[in-house]
Amino acid sequence: MSKTYYDPADQRKFGSITEWSEELGEKFFEYYNKVFEEGALSAREKSLIALAVAHVKQCPYCIDAYTKDGLQRGITKEEMMEAVHVGAAIESGATLVHGVQMMNKYNKLSM
Amino acid sequence: MPTQSLKRRNSDLANPIRQLEYLSGGIFADGELPTFRESLKKYDLGELKPGKLEILQINLGYMCNQVCEHCHVDAGPDRKEIMTRETMEQCLEVLRSTGAHTLDLTGGAPEMNPNFRWFVEEANRIGVQDLIVRSNLTIINANKKYYDLPDFFKENKVHVVSSMPHWTRGKTDKQRGEGVFDRSIQALKALNERGYGMPENDLKLDLVYNPAGAFLPANQQDMEKDFKKALLEDFGIHFNQLFAITNLPISRFLEYLIASENYEDYMYSLVEAFNPGAAARVMCTNTISIGWDGYLYDCDFNQMLDLKVKHPIKHISEYREDLLKDRDIIISQHCYGCTAGAGSSCQGTVA
Ligand code: SF4
Ligand code: SF4
Repeated sequence: MSKTYYDPADQRKFGSITEWSEELGEKFFEYYNKVFEEGALSAREKSLIALAVAHVKQCPYCIDAYTKDGLQRGITKEEMMEAVHVGAAIESGATLVHGVQMMNKYNKLSM
Repeated sequence: MPTQSLKRRNSDLANPIRQLEYLSGGIFADGELPTFRESLKKYDLGELKPGKLEILQINLGYMCNQVCEHCHVDAGPDRKEIMTRETMEQCLEVLRSTGAHTLDLTGGAPEMNPNFRWFVEEANRIGVQDLIVRSNLTIINANKKYYDLPDFFKENKVHVVSSMPHWTRGKTDKQRGEGVFDRSIQALKALNERGYGMPENDLKLDLVYNPAGAFLPANQQDMEKDFKKALLEDFGIHFNQLFAITNLPISRFLEYLIASENYEDYMYSLVEAFNPGAAARVMCTNTISIGWDGYLYDCDFNQMLDLKVKHPIKHISEYREDLLKDRDIIISQHCYGCTAGAGSSCQGTVA
């Protein structure tokens, strides 16, 4: 069997991080679950934000988890793809805005 | 999307024994996941036992005008199993003698049974409180002889419960077949016109939502809000309640899970979402399911797995509520579909 760094089955074991540090693990999961509850933002909106961030972080576990979460909530594939574009736009914007730094440096170094 | 039943295709999974083996093997055999029995035990729930009989659910036959991908009945136009009038008479006798307040007619498409209308009228004469017909909607415009079904339903104060997997055309057609969405919308409009599902009218029209894939339904109230808003805004359609039903891993849905390599993940999701509160109220505790040939089952799912009640009385012709009450309900890993999250039954969530 070929080994890879990511194994889809590891996602189900996420909870086991608590075993090696119970207090911190439990605090993390308590916080995590609280964050996704219905609040000023709806649980649906939070799910879409999570999906966008999952793509920006390129976390395969989170992408799987929040695609499924979205399907469960009746979020359409068009909505999901738009959320991914929001992530991508911010990410490319963050790259491009550094172009100003390059321009500044270029101008400073040039006569 | 399969266009024929598992049975017609001679699929290995058409055999319920194969399905049960599958549900007891793999991750459940090697202890990776607890069996349903172990989960019940963990919460001191012991054996599942029937309580007072409230609902008589009768399968009038496996014939259907559709061949939906997720169908747990493995129904389709090629299925010939159909309930006879004689068996229907025995069902009516039981309806008379028990205090069951609800008669729930299902199939296939129950309307395709040639004695369907006679049966509904007789049941009404006995005076059942709630007479449910599980109609797939497209039957209404499938053939001229069904065009007047909305009027028939109205005259007999039938409570119509219909499946509607999503409020968008693409998702519905993918799961249930080309054109099903538009024809379902037409049928819903015809029912609304007769007063069904309209505010301040007591003709009830409920919709059933099953997820179109290997995931669990979201919160029933939230989905109802979304469905109501979308169907009203886009099509001017009204309905009463939405039942969010979990797909159980049997029959064609099991085939889909295995073929799409979603089986293990799906079982993990169900087991993780096990809710002891829902387990105490699963539908086999207040319902009995009667097959097209009159055999008795704990529920419609056990019927499809050919698990007849665990009791010497196995047929409607010998029905005795007082004796049948003592039986243990037959369980396997498919039961996790009834206990996930808020639970799932033919009447929606249970917890
Ligand atoms: S309409 Fe219902 S009974 Fe008919 S194939 Fe679809 S799910 Fe099965
Ligand atoms: S599948 Fe049937 S027997 Fe099992 S819990 Fe559900 S209703 Fe009861």
